[in-house]
Amino acid sequence: MSKNTTTVNGTSTSEGIKIDFNKIWGYDPAPESSDHIRLKKKYDLFIGGKFVKPKSGKYFKTINPANEKTIAEVAEADDSDVDVAVKAAKKAFGPWSKLDPSVRGKYLYRIARLIQERAREFAVIESMDGGKPIRESRDVDVPLAAAHFFYYAGWADKLQYAFPGKNVRPVGVAGQIIPWNFPLLMAAWKIAPALATGNTVVLKPAETTPLTALKLAEIIQEAGLPDGVVNIITGAGKTGAALVSHPDVNKIAFTGSTLVGKSIMKSIAGTDKKYTLELGGKAANIIFADAAIDQAVEGIVNAIFFNQGHVCCAGSRLFVQESVADEVISKLKMRMETLIVGNPLDKNTDIGAINSRMQFNKINEYIQIGLNEGAEMYQPECNIPEDGYFCRPTLFTGVSQSNRIVQEEIFGPVLAIQTFRTPEEVLEKANNTPYGLSGGVWTDKGSKIFNMTTRIRAGVIWANTFNKFDPTSPFGGYKESGIGREGGLHGLMPYLNLE
Amino acid sequence: MVISRGEFLRGNYSYTFDEVATIKDACGSAHLKVILETGELQTLDNVRKASDIAMYAGADFIKTSTGKVSPAATQPVTLVMLEAIRDFYLKTGKHIGMKPAGGIRDAKTALQYLVMVKETLGSDWLTPDLFRFGASTLANDLLMQIIKQDTGIYQSRDYFSND
Repeated sequence: MSKNTTTVNGTSTSEGIKIDFNKIWGYDPAPESSDHIRLKKKYDLFIGGKFVKPKSGKYFKTINPANEKTIAEVAEADDSDVDVAVKAAKKAFGPWSKLDPSVRGKYLYRIARLIQERAREFAVIESMDGGKPIRESRDVDVPLAAAHFFYYAGWADKLQYAFPGKNVRPVGVAGQIIPWNFPLLMAAWKIAPALATGNTVVLKPAETTPLTALKLAEIIQEAGLPDGVVNIITGAGKTGAALVSHPDVNKIAFTGSTLVGKSIMKSIAGTDKKYTLELGGKAANIIFADAAIDQAVEGIVNAIFFNQGHVCCAGSRLFVQESVADEVISKLKMRMETLIVGNPLDKNTDIGAINSRMQFNKINEYIQIGLNEGAEMYQPECNIPEDGYFCRPTLFTGVSQSNRIVQEEIFGPVLAIQTFRTPEEVLEKANNTPYGLSGGVWTDKGSKIFNMTTRIRAGVIWANTFNKFDPTSPFGGYKESGIGREGGLHGLMPYLNLE
Repeated sequence: MVISRGEFLRGNYSYTFDEVATIKDACGSAHLKVILETGELQTLDNVRKASDIAMYAGADFIKTSTGKVSPAATQPVTLVMLEAIRDFYLKTGKHIGMKPAGGIRDAKTALQYLVMVKETLGSDWLTPDLFRFGASTLANDLLMQIIKQDTGIYQSRDYFSND
């Protein structure tokens, strides 16, 4: 691809005509209040229906990435704590799996309703602990988490109809490890289908975002779920590894990086543990010339800047048909001028804080790699707070398939843009990646949508939208993006033995 | 002027163009405001097309509705028209005005429209010369809000005359 096909001057389409978005008034701060939330200073491990002190005796801090202040201390589970948790789950499995399925459903409905009742508190804590804008935690994470519990509650007593002619049997204890990008939502994705199918759970949230999972533990207590059916233990990679290799765990559900996914597969090789892995991605978002361009620009923004780009299915590779490339890129740059980067708790914020210092450094490293590789960078001139981990939304043009920023998952608000001429060319480029989690196609033509979506090798493909989630729709990857599906009817299978 | 929706909807776009252009000629130095009556155009594609035709034929202002037809101004329709104005500006450098009319009944809704203007067209358009509301009910709500600011109490609607 020649460099000048993607180079555009400023935010205008013809000589020097610009739009100034900030000359007149700006927005006043509109922070969501955090007065109403209830957080303890110190959280223990949730095992057997109670919060218990860790045998390790160790605690670690969880900080607010927007101001680097400590929010709470959280217990660190070691091997012996993991063992206690798994034993509690194993003990609870017998009675729980034999319970009338409609009663299991009742508990799930109860959890869903309690999440809805506490939606505001959950949204605020999610934004404080993880840095995501309150608009997203309020409108996406928390409602979707409740929706997952509602959805799987409905399946609990209908499993025999889900798989006609089969005998369904729960697998046992599920060890579940979730990432830091959608902490509560991922907990819901994992716990809801496991419980609906009669399994018991040991869940480990990510070390940078444990709080909403621990608040969920409080809700689980309140819902009166039998002791030990859900156990939530906190810790870092070592805790996760202990959970994965515990002999009494029958099924592993992991969402996280491809690197860790591979090491999990190695460590369970030779055992009969069932597993699902939801790993990384580097999704192609494809804009055809006949797309509704302004709508597509919104879609590009949503695809890569949603949740600061901390989304495994983010549309981090943009492909624009050459005839509209200049228009799309200049409109995209113009749109980026109006994005607000700042306090996650402010209701006007579009892009919040990067989740952790580690991730912040990683993103900046990749931006430097992009520059060193000779790509052309664009960032809007927005203000960013001095404290905390904030990153401007970033575009790279003048890149090709061989660039590292095109090949590797950055997991930040960084978009690599390439152009294409024909559907065949873009298909080849879109599929030329070890990942295959998601993809996007923007066109006004239905036949083109079907042609592309059947040939892109990815688990989820959106047409004229992006990052849309629903509990009824299965989600999962091809190739190194993972194995198994979560959500929908498919999401029941990993938790069942079908005979 | 209001465009002839019958001709537009049957696809006679050159009629619409000529209609606007002829009236623009007759206007001389006066400003021409073209009402699209978006409630009758039905689709956003049509709204965009009618906006483009009106602007290229010489409109100085484009307006959603007369107020006689429901639905009048909606936010999606207004956004489409603002985007058309923005693209026309980027191509020609000309500032075309916008007037959403009908359906904007209170100050809070008006603010949402102003935000839409700011984020689509930028600061230049946040002036009465280029952006106007057609909403008689809005004026009374504004009066009500101003009095509330002064007194701390909302007054009954009966104290505000409907003209």
